[in-house]
Amino acid sequence: MTRLATGGRIDRTRPLRFSFDGRDYTGFAGDTLASALLANGVHLVGRSFKYHRPRGILSAGVEEPNALVEIDRGVGRREPNARATMVPLVEGLVARSQNRWPSLRFDLAALAGLGSAVLGAGFYYKTFLGPGRDAWHKRWEPLIRRMAGLGRAPEAADPDRYGNRYAHAEVLVVGAGPAGIAAALEAAAAGGRVILCDEQAEFGGSLLAEPRAWPQLAADMAALSANPAVTLLPRTTAFSYGLQNFVALAQVLEQPNDLRERLWQVRAQRVVLATGALERPIPFSGNDRPGVMLADAARHYAQRWGVLPGRNVAAVVAHDTGYAATFALQDAGAVIAAVLEMREAAPAALLAEAARRGVRVLANHGVVGTRGGLRISGLLAAPRGADGAPDAARATPIACDLLLMAGGWTPSVHLFSQARGMLRWDAALDAFLPGEAREAVTCVGACAGEGLAPGLPVTQMAAGSARAPKAFIDQQNDVTTRDIALAVREGFRSIEHVKRYTTNGMATDQGKTSNMLGLALVAGELGRSVPEVGLTTFRAPYTPTSFGAFAGRHRGLQFDPVRAAPLHDWAVQQGAVFEPVGQWQRARYFPHAGEEMRAAVDRECLAVRESVGIFDASTLGKIEVVGPDAALFLERCYVNAWQKLGIGRCRYGLLLREDGFIYDDGVVGRLAADRFHVTTTTGGAARVLHMLEDYRQTEFPELHVWLTSTTEHWGVIALQGPRARDVLAPLVAGLDWADFPHMAVAECRVAGIAARLFRVSFSGELGFEVNVPASQAPAVWQALMQAGAAHGITPYGTEAMHVLRAEKGFIIVGQETDGTVTPDDAGLTWLVGKAKPDFIGKRSLTRPEMLRADRRQLVGLRPHDGRNLPDEGAQLIATATSREAEGHVTSAYRSASLGHPIALGLLAGGRARLGDTVFATSLNGAPMALEVVAPCFLDPKGDRLRG
Amino acid sequence: MLMIDCPWCGARAELEFRHCGEAHLLRPADPATLSDAQWADYLAFRDNARGWARERWRHVHGCGRFFNALRHTQTDRFAATYKPGQAWPEPPA
Repeated sequence: MTRLATGGRIDRTRPLRFSFDGRDYTGFAGDTLASALLANGVHLVGRSFKYHRPRGILSAGVEEPNALVEIDRGVGRREPNARATMVPLVEGLVARSQNRWPSLRFDLAALAGLGSAVLGAGFYYKTFLGPGRDAWHKRWEPLIRRMAGLGRAPEAADPDRYGNRYAHAEVLVVGAGPAGIAAALEAAAAGGRVILCDEQAEFGGSLLAEPRAWPQLAADMAALSANPAVTLLPRTTAFSYGLQNFVALAQVLEQPNDLRERLWQVRAQRVVLATGALERPIPFSGNDRPGVMLADAARHYAQRWGVLPGRNVAAVVAHDTGYAATFALQDAGAVIAAVLEMREAAPAALLAEAARRGVRVLANHGVVGTRGGLRISGLLAAPRGADGAPDAARATPIACDLLLMAGGWTPSVHLFSQARGMLRWDAALDAFLPGEAREAVTCVGACAGEGLAPGLPVTQMAAGSARAPKAFIDQQNDVTTRDIALAVREGFRSIEHVKRYTTNGMATDQGKTSNMLGLALVAGELGRSVPEVGLTTFRAPYTPTSFGAFAGRHRGLQFDPVRAAPLHDWAVQQGAVFEPVGQWQRARYFPHAGEEMRAAVDRECLAVRESVGIFDASTLGKIEVVGPDAALFLERCYVNAWQKLGIGRCRYGLLLREDGFIYDDGVVGRLAADRFHVTTTTGGAARVLHMLEDYRQTEFPELHVWLTSTTEHWGVIALQGPRARDVLAPLVAGLDWADFPHMAVAECRVAGIAARLFRVSFSGELGFEVNVPASQAPAVWQALMQAGAAHGITPYGTEAMHVLRAEKGFIIVGQETDGTVTPDDAGLTWLVGKAKPDFIGKRSLTRPEMLRADRRQLVGLRPHDGRNLPDEGAQLIATATSREAEGHVTSAYRSASLGHPIALGLLAGGRARLGDTVFATSLNGAPMALEVVAPCFLDPKGDRLRG
Repeated sequence: MLMIDCPWCGARAELEFRHCGEAHLLRPADPATLSDAQWADYLAFRDNARGWARERWRHVHGCGRFFNALRHTQTDRFAATYKPGQAWPEPPA
C-alpha cells in the first residue's frame, strides 16, 4: 500500500470497494478512481491509442490524457473514455482498461511494435495505398480500427434520465479555486444571484493540496452555502462560452440512477473565469512510461488524497514549482533520488532549501531516457549540451519509481478564447494570457497569470528534443517530438496544418497538455517565436460532454413532435400502415387480413373509381384569410384571379416565389366577400403562412387583412367516387344541391355538425371534402361510414391518394416540383390570371431563361413493356446509350384502374415530344423504354368529377 | 444563443426568432417596368456586409411580427432593433 497513515481529505472511516480489470481493490470516500488506484500501487492503467504503449496516470485533473477507462454501471450504462482522475470513487465501482489485447499487462500489438513502424505523422495520407485498389477499405482500415482506438461505445440504450435547466445570474464564476471562491464571495456580498461551478467533486482547486488553507476554505464554503442567492455546482464543467455571456454547463449528479447529468444554460450579466492553469509536461525519450507524472499532480496525490505515488522519486524541473512538489513528497516519506534542474541554475533560496533537506540537484541537466517495463525503474540523466539536448555520452543512471515533470504553467484561457476574447503573449511569463475581452468577462487567478512566476521558456525546454526518439508531446494521440519535426520538414508551416497532419492536440483532451509543446517545437524548427507561430483555435466543448446531456429529455417520442390527425386512433384500430409526412403520421393504406400493400392499394384505388372511398385529409394546411382587402391580398400573392371569384366558389390556387418557381398549391374557397378558406400542402402550411405574413406585414401593410392558421381546427374528410354524393346527401342539411357544382363551397350541417363542405376532387372522381371541427371529425367519419356501408365505402390511405392523383396528372408540390419548376413547366399556365398586372413571381416568368422551349416540362410516361415501373428520380435519356440527362421521373405507380404502370416526369421540351420514346436510367439493369404521353391518363375532359 | 430585443415584446432568446435576410429592400411598385438586370438585382443581389448589417427578423414563436435590426456580422452585436417603416439607425462608430 502506498496510502499514507494520516493526512489528506479522504475519510479513512469509510472504505469503498471497487474493481479494476476484474481485480478488487479498496479506497476511501473522497478518493478519485486515480488516487485509489495509486493508493493500491496501480500505475499501469491503459494502452496508448496507436502504439499500445503502457501508460499510467499523468495528472490529477481534467487534462489527463492517459488514464482513460471504461466505467461499467450495468446494461446501457457503460461509459467509455472516462478520465480516472475525474471519477469520484463510489462503492462497487467497476472500471476496466481500454485498447489492449489480450490484457493490459501483456499486449500483443505493443509486442509486435506494429504501430511505431507505420503510424507516424500523416500516416493516413501516405501509407496503406496498396496493394490493389481496395487495400485501404479491405485491409488497412479494418486493421487500424482494431489497432487504434479508445473505449467501446455502449450498445444498449441509455436507461438514465438527463435534465436541462435555464438559469440567469448576475455573476457566474467558473472555477472554485482560491480566485474563484474569492470572486464568488465578493459577488455575493454585492448582492444578486451568483453561480459558482467547478469540474471537481470538491470545491477548492489548488487549495485542496494546501492543508493549512483548509480551515479558511471550509469557512468560505460554509458562507457561500448559507447564502440563498448563491448556487454551488460541483462536478459541473463550463464547456461552452457563447455570445452575450451564454455559458453551457454540464453537471454530473451525485445520484446517477435518478438524474445522471444536467445541462445548464446560463445567461450571466458578468462571467468571472477562474479556470486556473495546467502544468506542462517535459519532452524527453520515454516520458510516457507509467510512473512519469506531472509534479504538481504528485503533490496533490500526497496532500489531498494521502497517497504516495512513489517511494524513490526523481524530478526534472524547468520551473520553481517543481521544488515544492518534490519537497512535499519528501515530507510525505519519499526518498528523493535527484532533481534534474533544466535551467543553468535554480534560485538560490530553493537550492539552499534543497541542501538543507539533503536533496541532490543536478543543474543544467536533462533526461536522456527512462527505463522500466510497465513502471519506471530509472532514468539516464545527462548535462544539457549547447543545443539543449542532454548529452547521452555523459549520462548517468539514476534509479527511481516515480519521475516528476515540472515544465511550467499554461493558463487555461480556453473559455476566454471561446468568448472571442483576444489572447496576448506575455513574454515574461512565457504564456498566452487573456487580452481584450468581447464579453462582460473578468479573468482572475492563474488563468489571468496572477501568482504565476516565470520558469524556463517552453522553447528552451523543448530545445533539442525534436531528435529524441519516443519523446511524447500528445500522449493521448501518440504524437512525438519527431512527428512535429517531420511535419515541418515536409513543408507544413501553419500551426493549424501541423495540428491536423500530426493530430497533435486533436484527441479527446484537446491538447490540454500538448498544445504549448507543439507550438514550441514548431517555433524551434522554423526559427520563429511562439507568438509568431500563433495558436490553434479553442473550440467548445472544453471537455468531452455526453450526448445524453445535450439530448436531455428529447429522446424517443420526445425527440420530435408527432402530429396525429383527428382520425388517427380510428386508423390505428383498423390496422392501418402509417408513413411519416413531415411531423404528421398518416395512414398509408388499410390492409385486410393477409393482404399485401400492392393488393390493398389496388383495392382502395378501384373502390374510389367504381364506388366511393373515404380519406382523412385533415393534415392539409389551412389559413383563414379575412378582411375587406382579403381578395386583393390573395390577388397580389397567388397567380390566380380572385376578385371575381363568386362567394361559395373555389379555385385551385398556385403560389410562386418571386423567382417565378412554384412554392405551394391548394384549393381556396370564398365563404364571404371578405373571407377565404385557403388550403396549402401538408408540408407547406407553416412556410406559406410565414411567406404570406411577410408580404402582409412588410410589403402590403396598407391592406386590411388578417391571416390565421386553422390547420388543426378543422378535421377534413374526403369522400371520392361516383357514389360519394349518394353517401353524403342524406346526412347534409342546409345545402342547396342545385347550386353546388364542382369547385363549390358551402356552410351547412353534416351529420348534425356545422361544416364547411367543399366539392373538390384530387382523384378525378366526383368528390367532397367535409370540414368539421377537429373534435367532431370521428363522429362525422362514423356517420359517413355507416351511410356508405351499402355502397361499399372504402377507407383509403395516402398511397392510393397518390396513385389516383397521378392517374389524373395532378402534381404534388415537392414531388413534381423541386424549386425550379414554373407554372408553364407544370402545364398550369391556364391558372395564371392573364389580366393581372402583378403577383408574386410574375416578373420572373418573362426572364429569357423562363421562356426557353427546352425547359423541362411535365409529361406522362408509359413503360413500353407494360409491366415494370421506372425508379422515381431516375434520369430520362433520349436513347438507351445516351449519357445526357434530359429530365427525370418524378412519380411512378402501378395503376389498377388502367391496367398498366404509369409515371410522371419532367422532360426537356416534353410537351413537343408526345409519342416519342425516352429511356429511364436504372441502377441495376438496362435503361427502361418509356412512351412520352400527356400527363393525364384518365378522363382528360373531366366528365367524371363533374358527374 | 443570442438575446434579441423584439420591438414589441422585449428581449427574448434567439430560438424564438427567425432570420429573414437583408432589410430595406422595397419590392418595386411595378416590376413589369424593370429591366431583367434591375429585377435580378432586386431578386438575388445582397450586400452580405462584413460589419454592420441591416437585416430582417421575425419573432416567429412570439408575436409573429417582422422587424428590422442592425447587427454586426462579425461580432453578432445588435446595435438596435426597430419596427418596419422606421428609419434605420446609423451604425455605431
